[in-house]
Amino acid sequence: MNFVRSHVLVCGGTGCTASKSPEIIAEFNTQLKNCGLDSEVRVVQTGCFGLCALGPIVVVYPEGTYYAQIKVEDVKTIVEEHLLKGRIVQDLLFKEADAHGVEQSLNNTDFYLKQHRIALRNCGVINPEEIDEAIAFDAYKALGTCLTEKTPQEVIEIITESGLRGRGGAGFPTGIKWKFAAASPGPVKYVCCNADEGDPGAFMDRSVLEGDPHTVLEAMAIAGYAIGASQGYIYIRAEYPLAVKRLEIAIAQAKEYGVIGKNILGTGFDFDLEIRLGAGAFVCGEETALMTSIEGHRGEPRPRPPFPAVKGLFQKPTILNNVETYANIAWIINHGPAAFNCMGTEKSKGTKVFALGGKIKNTGLVEIPMGTTLREVVEDIGGGCPDGKKFKAAQTGGPSGGCIPASLIDTPLDYESMAAIGSIIGSGGLIVMDEDNCIVDIAKFFLQFTMDESCGKCSPCRIGTKRMYEILDKITQGKGTLEDLDILEELALHVKENSLCGLGQTAPNPVLSTLRYFRDEYEAHVVDKKCPAGVCKGLVEYKILSDKCIGCTACARVCPVDAISGKVKEVHSIDPSLCIKCGSCIAACKFGAIIVE
Amino acid sequence: MPNLKTLIPFAGTKEQEDRLREAIARYKGELGATMPIMQEAQEIYGYLPEEVQVIIAEELGVPLTEIYGISSFYAQFTHNPKGQNQINVCLGTACYVKGAGNILDKVCEVVGCKEGEITEDGKFSIDATRCVGACGLAPVMMINGDVYGRLTPDKIDAIIAKYK
Repeated sequence: MNFVRSHVLVCGGTGCTASKSPEIIAEFNTQLKNCGLDSEVRVVQTGCFGLCALGPIVVVYPEGTYYAQIKVEDVKTIVEEHLLKGRIVQDLLFKEADAHGVEQSLNNTDFYLKQHRIALRNCGVINPEEIDEAIAFDAYKALGTCLTEKTPQEVIEIITESGLRGRGGAGFPTGIKWKFAAASPGPVKYVCCNADEGDPGAFMDRSVLEGDPHTVLEAMAIAGYAIGASQGYIYIRAEYPLAVKRLEIAIAQAKEYGVIGKNILGTGFDFDLEIRLGAGAFVCGEETALMTSIEGHRGEPRPRPPFPAVKGLFQKPTILNNVETYANIAWIINHGPAAFNCMGTEKSKGTKVFALGGKIKNTGLVEIPMGTTLREVVEDIGGGCPDGKKFKAAQTGGPSGGCIPASLIDTPLDYESMAAIGSIIGSGGLIVMDEDNCIVDIAKFFLQFTMDESCGKCSPCRIGTKRMYEILDKITQGKGTLEDLDILEELALHVKENSLCGLGQTAPNPVLSTLRYFRDEYEAHVVDKKCPAGVCKGLVEYKILSDKCIGCTACARVCPVDAISGKVKEVHSIDPSLCIKCGSCIAACKFGAIIVE
Repeated sequence: MPNLKTLIPFAGTKEQEDRLREAIARYKGELGATMPIMQEAQEIYGYLPEEVQVIIAEELGVPLTEIYGISSFYAQFTHNPKGQNQINVCLGTACYVKGAGNILDKVCEVVGCKEGEITEDGKFSIDATRCVGACGLAPVMMINGDVYGRLTPDKIDAIIAKYK
């Protein structure tokens, strides 16, 4: 084996792949060869590092030098300066936004300092397409421990004691779920993995599958051993082609190594895995709908009870856990439940991965101990809103969650605290909104989503979401009344109480939470007929400020409907009857002369 | 997804039909085989016209309504052919709060057809899609699987021009 003195880690997650990381890897290999370094420096394509805003990301070990926003043409410099001459390329380093000075080590940056990575422990560290690298980082060690040293009951006890709760949204204790399924009689049981990450704005499951697929396979095998199942299904979105590919590679390699398949590690335990592709239905993230879909039907939910632990997939006892939940299992077995339950709050143990998105500087994935406050996440880790804008609200839990206003920014992120303020942790999407976002428009956006995705089986959800959407649409067009707000609230509560599955029961949350914290903004829409954020097209007017307009004609040239008139070097004006409020003129004006009122 | 019967006449070849029947034979008898078969059928034909759904129903011995029920339920299945270049504009939350709605409007304007439709020459089709998981680059769109990120309306012309 060759001695490798340096490793160059290049992010191969979806975000960085879109910003040309495969070309960067190829260029590294070419340049290393040119300098004769190809035998002593190794280039590794890893999973997501988390800081997607600054991708593509390149990290050089052993120094841990963190290069951000690397372009193909920068590669030559890094190879010639850093790898050949040992001089770190200062210009390309990741730099903190404020006066911390130049940080060279990845782990000392604000973005990483407050994080504690368990589920994401190997993402951005190993090459996900090489099982040997995963094994070098303890993959399948926990499975070996379970199969040779622990009884299934002991495994379940460890998971129960750790306090791990489902990371898919509902937060049901994982150990108890396993215990129910283990207690169900029958020779045939199933272990399923929910990788149908449909919550818009959440992409942690994708990152785990792309960055460390073996941890999921291992955990599913452990679950199979614990409940007495020998077949597993991974239900994954077809929209995640890279994750599907890496899972397929991982399963093939695991079978070759005898850690998945027949007679695992010579213990006589069999566990086989199959991938099933979802076909784009949000409701299939609901457990019974997911199972109905694997069975090959329309993905409609079934009433519970019977619970899946009793009668699940193909009418057999089944457990279904989310990708992130599985990503914690092997770590808990290896480090013991106490190492896990010492983190977090009284009832929410361990860590949670959040996908930071929207109006925030450091978009990306962060894993933090439960109970970290929203402020720490938004301001310290996320770096606040860009362009000096004011933080308005954070939306958690996607279409099932709520909006947290700026006044509650010190709320700890854990299951109980979130529920108390009318939101949920959900799968961990955390979208930041600034003063330019309209809360009513966001509520309408989510209702349109749930309306489209309602499966139609039960009427409260099917009809209720549509009626709620219509009322919101009316409000954003400036045709709403105060009475509409009351009807909206009443309807929302009705849908919440009477829907069959989690989709309908949580669909009103975005409406209820925004009505609770941003009622004044709703009232501005219905009473004053104004959209304070200037978003709702039916309520705004575009105007040209006469003191700023210099008559450059840039706006008139881009206007698609010729609504702007004026002579060269004279103040222009907009005809409101023609204007479609597309925003092209604002983008074209270099003098900030066009405003939205 | 609009469940309209397509107006474009079916033009499947013998070779495509052979591949479909081979795929059905491969999955037949497996638990929950219907969806993988339909996914493969869509890969072979590019969409799921009535003629293809009839073959699947007959081969599996299930009513056509059941196959239609599935094909109309899932967003991935389409009864209409897609353009040679498939444009998917992400309307996930992260993209939406960063102005994905304006991006979609601009794409429709540049390409010359509406969301969910195909251009007359069959070159482009536009779909609004759920989160593609590249939220760090929001707003994003995908053309034939390639992700374009950090979009602004003025970048759209140049990107679409590459595919014209």
